[in-house]
Amino acid sequence: MNQAQIYDVSHLLAGMMLVASFALLYQDRIFAVLNIFAAQAILLAMAVGWDAWTQQRPHLFITAGLALGLKGIIIPVALHKMIVRLGVHRDVEQVVGVGRTLILGLALTSLSLLLVLKITAAAESYTREGLALALAIILLGMLMMITRRNAVTQIVGFMSLENGLILAATGARGMPLVVEVSVAFSVLIALFVFAVFVFRIRERFDSVDIEALQNVRGDTK
Amino acid sequence: MTGVDFSAAPQLAAILLYAAAAGFAAVFHRHRVALAAVYPVCIAAAAVASFADLAALIADTNAGFRLPLGLPSIGLHVKLDALSAFFGLIVNIGVLTSAIYGMGLDRDRDLSARIEPFFPAFAAAMNLVLLAGDAFGFLFSWELMSLTSWVLVVSRHWDADSRHAGHVYLVMAAIGTVSLLFAFGGLAGATGNYAFDAIRATPPGPLVSGLVLAGAIVGAGSKAGIVPLHAWLPLAHPAAPSHVSALMSGVMTKVAIYGLVRIVFDLLGEPALWWSMIVLVLGGASALLGVLYALMQHDLKRLLAFHTVENIGIIFIGLGLALAFQTNHMEPFAALALTAALFHVFNHSLFKSLLFLGAGAVLHATGQRDMEEMGGLIHRMPMTALAFLIGCVAISALPPLNGFVSEWLTFQAILHSPDLPQLGLKFLIPSVGAVLALSAALAAACFVKAYGVSFLGRPRSEAVRHAHEVNRFALTSMFVLAGLCVFAGLFPGVVIDLLAPVNLALLGDRMPVQTSMPWLSVVPTVEGRSSYNSLLLFLFIVVSASLSGFAIHRSVSRALRRAPAWDCGFPDPSPETQYTASSFAQPIRRVYGTIAFGASEDVDMPAPGDQRPARLTVSLHDYAWEMLYAAPARAVLSLSERLNVLQFLTIRRYLMLMFSALIVLLLIAAVWF
Amino acid sequence: MGETLTLLFGQTVQMFLVLLVAPAITGITRRTKACFMRRQGAPVIQPYRDLIKLVRKEAIVAESASWLFRVAPYLIFALAWVAAALVPTFATGLLFSWTGDVIVIIALLGSARFMLALAGMDIGTSFGGIGSSREMMIATLAEPAMLLVVLTMALAAGTTQLPGVADFLIAAPFTVHVSLALALVALVMVALAENARIPIDNPATHLELTMVHEAMVLEYSGRHLAMIEAASQLKLVLYVSLIASLFLPFGIVRVEAGPVAWLGGGAIYLGKIAGAAILLGIWEVSIAKMRVFRVSEFLGGAFVFAFLAILLTFVTREVLK
Repeated sequence: MNQAQIYDVSHLLAGMMLVASFALLYQDRIFAVLNIFAAQAILLAMAVGWDAWTQQRPHLFITAGLALGLKGIIIPVALHKMIVRLGVHRDVEQVVGVGRTLILGLALTSLSLLLVLKITAAAESYTREGLALALAIILLGMLMMITRRNAVTQIVGFMSLENGLILAATGARGMPLVVEVSVAFSVLIALFVFAVFVFRIRERFDSVDIEALQNVRGDTK
Repeated sequence: MTGVDFSAAPQLAAILLYAAAAGFAAVFHRHRVALAAVYPVCIAAAAVASFADLAALIADTNAGFRLPLGLPSIGLHVKLDALSAFFGLIVNIGVLTSAIYGMGLDRDRDLSARIEPFFPAFAAAMNLVLLAGDAFGFLFSWELMSLTSWVLVVSRHWDADSRHAGHVYLVMAAIGTVSLLFAFGGLAGATGNYAFDAIRATPPGPLVSGLVLAGAIVGAGSKAGIVPLHAWLPLAHPAAPSHVSALMSGVMTKVAIYGLVRIVFDLLGEPALWWSMIVLVLGGASALLGVLYALMQHDLKRLLAFHTVENIGIIFIGLGLALAFQTNHMEPFAALALTAALFHVFNHSLFKSLLFLGAGAVLHATGQRDMEEMGGLIHRMPMTALAFLIGCVAISALPPLNGFVSEWLTFQAILHSPDLPQLGLKFLIPSVGAVLALSAALAAACFVKAYGVSFLGRPRSEAVRHAHEVNRFALTSMFVLAGLCVFAGLFPGVVIDLLAPVNLALLGDRMPVQTSMPWLSVVPTVEGRSSYNSLLLFLFIVVSASLSGFAIHRSVSRALRRAPAWDCGFPDPSPETQYTASSFAQPIRRVYGTIAFGASEDVDMPAPGDQRPARLTVSLHDYAWEMLYAAPARAVLSLSERLNVLQFLTIRRYLMLMFSALIVLLLIAAVWF
Repeated sequence: MGETLTLLFGQTVQMFLVLLVAPAITGITRRTKACFMRRQGAPVIQPYRDLIKLVRKEAIVAESASWLFRVAPYLIFALAWVAAALVPTFATGLLFSWTGDVIVIIALLGSARFMLALAGMDIGTSFGGIGSSREMMIATLAEPAMLLVVLTMALAAGTTQLPGVADFLIAAPFTVHVSLALALVALVMVALAENARIPIDNPATHLELTMVHEAMVLEYSGRHLAMIEAASQLKLVLYVSLIASLFLPFGIVRVEAGPVAWLGGGAIYLGKIAGAAILLGIWEVSIAKMRVFRVSEFLGGAFVFAFLAILLTFVTREVLK
């Protein structure tokens, strides 16, 4: 397998992760958001696994396995069940409209690509690509957290941000702590998820905002 | 370039002729015959000047000499080169057609005496700007151009809107001239030589260049109507009589572009990277916001005026691309972009003049500027409707007419942008390209609205129902412009080749020779990469449309029956059931207006049983006006009210003020030295 | 001379091929939908019969119609036909394929849409107005995405002439091009919107509130309606051929290869568009129409895909420099 093909596949996987981030911003149904998030996690697992295999870094398989098992399967399924049990609203409440969020997302992506490609001009190609896309995914995750009201989508935004972090950690060669970092983050996420569910979910969804109905906005949303 | 050169003599003669007409009309303004002579003289002068400019452009004249006028010891430099000749051609074609239109106007005593003397003076001033060879002459004629057009804007001074428009225009024109003054000050630098040749020889340093660029963009951009300096334009252009609106919107904005091109590409020397970014961003913002503003209008002339903002934006995008390529020494692509921009300058002067004259014809025939009162004019004014349709297709950038050619060339320049080395430009230019595509599509929507609501459908008011076709002068002027639009659309190679000397002078490179291409195709850079042949496409379309029509009518069926409209079985004879201008724009307002104008709709729905009608109120915000104009105006007002106190002080306090001012100055001097 | 004649013949074949194939796509799509709905469905040749029937009928024109209403159908048909004749179908290098690049082809369709929208407003009914207004709004959303798709193509192939792009892609080795795939998704989304297909518009409906395209042409009848129908079928052929020649360029021959080779190219082309028609049918039965103000989100998605395609191309070019 030559260098070009290795690059093509990792480019494909990282690019698909970026597309998944945009799909998260676009989607306004909560189960679809969970499915896309699971897909992104699986893509991350594949990207990390591909790296582990082609670069002979077997310890990365642990990270890939964690991503696949925890974020690709367990957390989405758990969230799905909780939403059903708690009777949470099924649509995503947006603070900013989808169109504007997408445009903002494009601007952030351009910014991160511009920045990373500029400051890493001396680094090797694989690292530059991985870092650039990873930063974009991180920023999009943050954007998702601040433009969504719903607690579940905030969690998903945070976890997608964390996907970006792991991608970045994998991409940067010679970073010895990737596995440890990914484990630590996973634990953190689990805590985050349960904390949010226990403390916030009820108060958030027991009230319905009727102010919005008074004024028919000339808006897309 | 010293010595006496008579190449510019016809242009100067034309200016003298304009000036003579102006003076004559001013002196004999009580005599109907004298006023009637103004437009024929203008036509003669404009014809002479446009032929001379065309000849100068073909011959690539570069003449310069000094007249013993103006400031003592400096004199007045006159300069005629390819750039001035090209813009002179545009100005004089505009004056020519507007004057033909003017000949058909009623000689209303009151209004005529206020317009006729200033029309030729305005034309003379615009020509003078183009011929000026030093900063003094340039600024003097620029100011003359502003003042004469201001008089024309306030010619209907009894109308409060006209007065308001004139006020805003005057303020903006003053700001513009002051910034140009600073720009030329920076250009002249320490040597203080204001002749263009001397300025060109000693380009200023990077910091001063940047300031000069800012001054030029504010000065020329405010005259051209770049966002956010555009606020005066949609007020002033429609307020003037229609043939003057055509001149202001179609031609005067081009003189402003001339000023910018002259300063930035000719006088200022090597461009810096950020210049192109600023020009591109301003261009993109103007293109998008201009057309969105235009879509929200229902006054035909205001719609056209806002649309000028969009087209200036497109021209700025072309100029910005040219700067970007020039910075990286990619001259062939820079020539492509500059040609696209200048071609659009030419096109816009044609179709915007045409559309304003058409709007004037409608105003003349119906007394209406509000589209909501129009409808069905195609039946009452068929020739005007045809000319206006040509203008609408041209301005919407649709093939095979001329507006498409210049936008296509701009897109071709954009498609070359990935070759630029800077990542920032690589990312910026595709976004600007997307904005350009969006604004082209919005322009098409805008002109479907303008044409569909005013010329198609059924009449919405009594005046429109009894409209009549306009006189032959107005029709001639419109069809001359429409013919030029079609010509420039079908033979774009001719115009592109005419622009070659301008490109060679400013960039040192040009687009490939077009008129020698096989089948008269347009080829932007190299053959095989991209090409466009409007003549062949036009022939194919005409042939296949008429063949299919002929075949069906001849051999299948030609039966036709007139019947009431079908309308899904519920036709309503009342014209109020038609789609209005506002309802046409509603989907676009909902999609884009929320972001651009903070658009909101308020529905007032009465409770069941309540007899009063339901109301839908739409509110829009003009952010540029609110933040950039209204806020400083409020600040100045409140400040002046506070300072008003100073007017009513006792003498002792006045003395104290002066004394403290003296002390402060002494303190400053003490600290400084 | 013989060479030129071959080229001219090839161009003529192309013009009549797209004309003949156009109604079949509609027929196959409808048949597919019928099959999936467990209906009998009309035969594939039904659109041909409809067109012939319409042409032979008397045209009924509203009293308030102007000349524009009667001229527009022929112009729209001619614009769509000329545009469709410029897209590579069975062969590249046709005699007149250089008269316009892909931007010109899209702009020709824009001209057709402009005329159609004007014709919709000519009678002065509210349906015509609503159709025209929404059609133009949808076009404003589709156009930026389309330009970015073109830019991605120009980036990859270094040209915007469709035959050039197709030749490049035939010769290019098969590698995983994420950005081209993204551009394909964007192009398909734009094509659905431009052709008034589900989920943007429903070509089968005559329920007033859901119509866009059908509302615009509501007043047309007889031969005028036939022309408009033929034009929209040609437009569909154009987009299908465009997508096929860009993303499935195999089997396209050079026109110089002569008529025998054309037969092979033609057979493959017919296979491709039949496949596309069946896929379109399956897509349309499996998804619901959107309400009109969600179109902006759908086409915004297309824009995002196209923009990402460009960004990723830039990244690749920059990184592998």
